[in-house]
Amino acid sequence: MKLFDYVLSGNCYKIRLLLDFLELSHEKQAVDFFPGREHKSDAFLQINPLGQIPVLEDDGAYIRDAQAILVYLASRYDPTGTWWPVNDPSELGRVAQWLAFADSITSTASAARLHDVLGYDLDVAQARAGAHKLFRILDDHLANQELQGFNWIAGSNPTVADVACFPYVALAGDGGIELFYYPAIQRWIRRFVNLPRFKLMPGINIFN
Amino acid sequence: MTPDTFTRSQWYAIGRLPDFEGAEAKPVRLLSQDLTVSDAAGVLSVNDADGRSLLTQIRYGHLWTTLSDTPRPLYDMPEFDEPDRRLVTVGGVGVRCSGLRCVENFLDMAHFPFVHTDILGVEEHPSVESYDVSMDAEKDEIWATKCKFFQPMASAAASGGQMTEYKYRVPHPYSTILYKTCPIREDVWDLVGLFIQPVEEDECIVHSFILVFDEENTDTGLLHFQQNIFLQDRMILENQVPRKLPLDPRWELPTRADASSIAYRRWLKANELQWGVALFNEAA
Repeated sequence: MKLFDYVLSGNCYKIRLLLDFLELSHEKQAVDFFPGREHKSDAFLQINPLGQIPVLEDDGAYIRDAQAILVYLASRYDPTGTWWPVNDPSELGRVAQWLAFADSITSTASAARLHDVLGYDLDVAQARAGAHKLFRILDDHLANQELQGFNWIAGSNPTVADVACFPYVALAGDGGIELFYYPAIQRWIRRFVNLPRFKLMPGINIFN
Repeated sequence: MTPDTFTRSQWYAIGRLPDFEGAEAKPVRLLSQDLTVSDAAGVLSVNDADGRSLLTQIRYGHLWTTLSDTPRPLYDMPEFDEPDRRLVTVGGVGVRCSGLRCVENFLDMAHFPFVHTDILGVEEHPSVESYDVSMDAEKDEIWATKCKFFQPMASAAASGGQMTEYKYRVPHPYSTILYKTCPIREDVWDLVGLFIQPVEEDECIVHSFILVFDEENTDTGLLHFQQNIFLQDRMILENQVPRKLPLDPRWELPTRADASSIAYRRWLKANELQWGVALFNEAA
């Protein structure tokens, strides 16, 4: 199994996290996303015509899209069936719903980070405002979950929904987005970093 | 504040060469001024907001420019001409603090075990042994030598922990170069350096490079190693208060481990550098 990986990418970090959580041996191929824009090169477009990372190669097939890779890995390699709870349709529905939410976090919080860190030319005020709107929703949701005794986004155990949402929320500070206003998000981040086999990525401030 | 003479008289890297391929008046910000870079059939030119053409030179994999008509010469790094060395230009990373703070952080070995845990340092070996700091009066630059630090993974080519020997050089208020023991060759140094583009007094873009002997890693592998390290620094740098560099001795209490930082601050003061410096009476 091979992950086409960029060290500063939150979307690649999602995959690295789940590979470690599931203790799956794999190799990584470093992609020069910045400054080389290798993901837009002809060779890489053969692998993913969308010109995006991450891509996972497994059993001779390429799987693209961070959320899709998470679903694939959990469905195929999680013997406990908890990360992608296929046997519990109502929980599964909630997980899928928050996977779509994770994509919206990418288009806002991740965009602000690309602007501030790597100099991408985009409307950073709009990206930050969009992220704050989503973080308010996530914070309220996590606070409600806690009131019902649930520590995680979709229920009582972590799922791919948590893995999908975590990186760009936890890395928001890189893009000038303060997490100060979101106490339930901060508590969730602290629980997440204490998961077994969790590995930190630069930009995540665990002392918040 | 307009930049002081020392700041204004320097050359500044404003990007890697490929960053300007086919550029048509690409905007670049330097010392609180809007500049543009254009590429006319492979010849790069830089203009200021009034259309005045600025001096340029291409060196060390980057395009350099200056606001001065009579700049101080750009410092030499003869290692760039040595055969077999690999150059990786890491790309510009934006940081919300004075570029002077980035230089100072780069010189500070005490943060290795805590910021670059299990890569450039381990928490069990936090102490900084004493090292020598000297001024090269002729070239007007600072050298810190005989720096030693235990590093579990000193570079991408390292296969295990080693006592790494370092030399630091500050030849420019916004540049610093690290010379470190090469893990695979004797009697040579690997270079890692920062070319900082001061955007505002409290904001900068850090262009960095690696110039190493390494037969094992791909360029992209070296790039990832360096970017990962620098993003660890970035978070610390953005949390420093104030964002400009405090030069007033009433502000911070230095220790022996900060000898290179003390020399750097003295040197900035001796050259009457003011732009990017926090004033004590402005303190929060």
